[in-house]
Amino acid sequence: MDVTVTVNGTTYERDVEPRKLLIHLLRDDLDLTGSHIGCDTGNCGACSVILDGTLVKSCMLLAVQANGASIETVEGLSEGEELTALQQAFNEHHALQCGYCTPGMLMSATALLRENPSPSEDEIKKALQGNICRCTGYWNIFEAVKSVAK
Amino acid sequence: MLLREVEYAKPGSVAEAFELLASNDGARALAGGQTLINVMKARAASPDMLVDLNGLEELRGIELAGDGTLTIGAMTTYSELMSSAEAKARPILGEVCATIADVQVRNRGTIGGNLCSNDPTNHLPPLMVAVGARMTIAGAGGEREVPAEEFFLGVYLTAVGPGELLTRIAIPAGKKDGFAAVTLGAEGTCICNAAASVNGGVRVALGCVDAVPVLVTADGPEAVADAVRGANLMPPSDVHASSEYRIHLSEVLATRAAEEAAAR
Repeated sequence: MDVTVTVNGTTYERDVEPRKLLIHLLRDDLDLTGSHIGCDTGNCGACSVILDGTLVKSCMLLAVQANGASIETVEGLSEGEELTALQQAFNEHHALQCGYCTPGMLMSATALLRENPSPSEDEIKKALQGNICRCTGYWNIFEAVKSVAK
Repeated sequence: MLLREVEYAKPGSVAEAFELLASNDGARALAGGQTLINVMKARAASPDMLVDLNGLEELRGIELAGDGTLTIGAMTTYSELMSSAEAKARPILGEVCATIADVQVRNRGTIGGNLCSNDPTNHLPPLMVAVGARMTIAGAGGEREVPAEEFFLGVYLTAVGPGELLTRIAIPAGKKDGFAAVTLGAEGTCICNAAASVNGGVRVALGCVDAVPVLVTADGPEAVADAVRGANLMPPSDVHASSEYRIHLSEVLATRAAEEAAAR
């Protein structure tokens, strides 16, 4: 089936099988490998992307379902070498170790801050509930998000 | 993971969805996909065709009638139920939806999908039974209304027949509701849950203890534990809880849910 998606402002047209998951379209067909596949069961959140303004896990969505949609992935956050305030805060607060969960964490935190620029600590924790990190113990991630909250 | 080959159809109307479901033996409705896509990865379900209900406006939306009845389209997401001003007329709805999984799942997962999958560990089947919801099931031949107590027929099985869809859920006015659960991690899968509603007496619906929610009634919260004991539950044992422990949890959670409901 023909699928047209706009990812980080660039429009792509691809012929995909209906069984293809959105994460595979992004990674395999569009070569946007920033979004990761962690668990492939909808638990870990490493594949989180923003689809038409809504945070979703791209392993639980068919690529054909995204036809016509506008998608934001971690590659779209920075302007060239210029990191977003949130990315910079992850750097400064050592909010990652292996980095595998980071693309999903960044997308979830980005979605949170757009909706709620001044989240409480509890709201940050709740917003990142769908993203699992096995390295940091989460603390530095919360600190990073808190530091850019208004 | 690569799914088994599957056809995909995106109907432009509910009538077209009925037609697609009725004329393709292996067709299955795709709601939010937060369960179905995963069980397809595991090959626990292998539909030949997915009929995508996303985009059917007829199945969305929350309406509040003058008598306080809420009518909720089956494709309404948990996030929409949490943020809807109308849904606050029955506050327990948004409160329970806020404890389902995580933001991403709540943004896609739907009330209709939760009810139609009827996994015994789901949150919403017992809640719908406790509040006395009425389900509208529609197909090419017309529609019928089924009370929640008669909607759930077995594990993963509901009164929605081949070629039919759950289209909307009607919930009567009320505020005195409660919900209690023991879960795998905060807001994870339920090991045992109970939904309660007080309207004169107490209605408690227990989840995770049988193939369908078990309805128990009592005169007041203090009588709920005895009523649960009287229901002679025989829940399954699994790695998370033995049958005996689930019976114990049912009494405790039913009482907590009933006390919460009565205190409102």
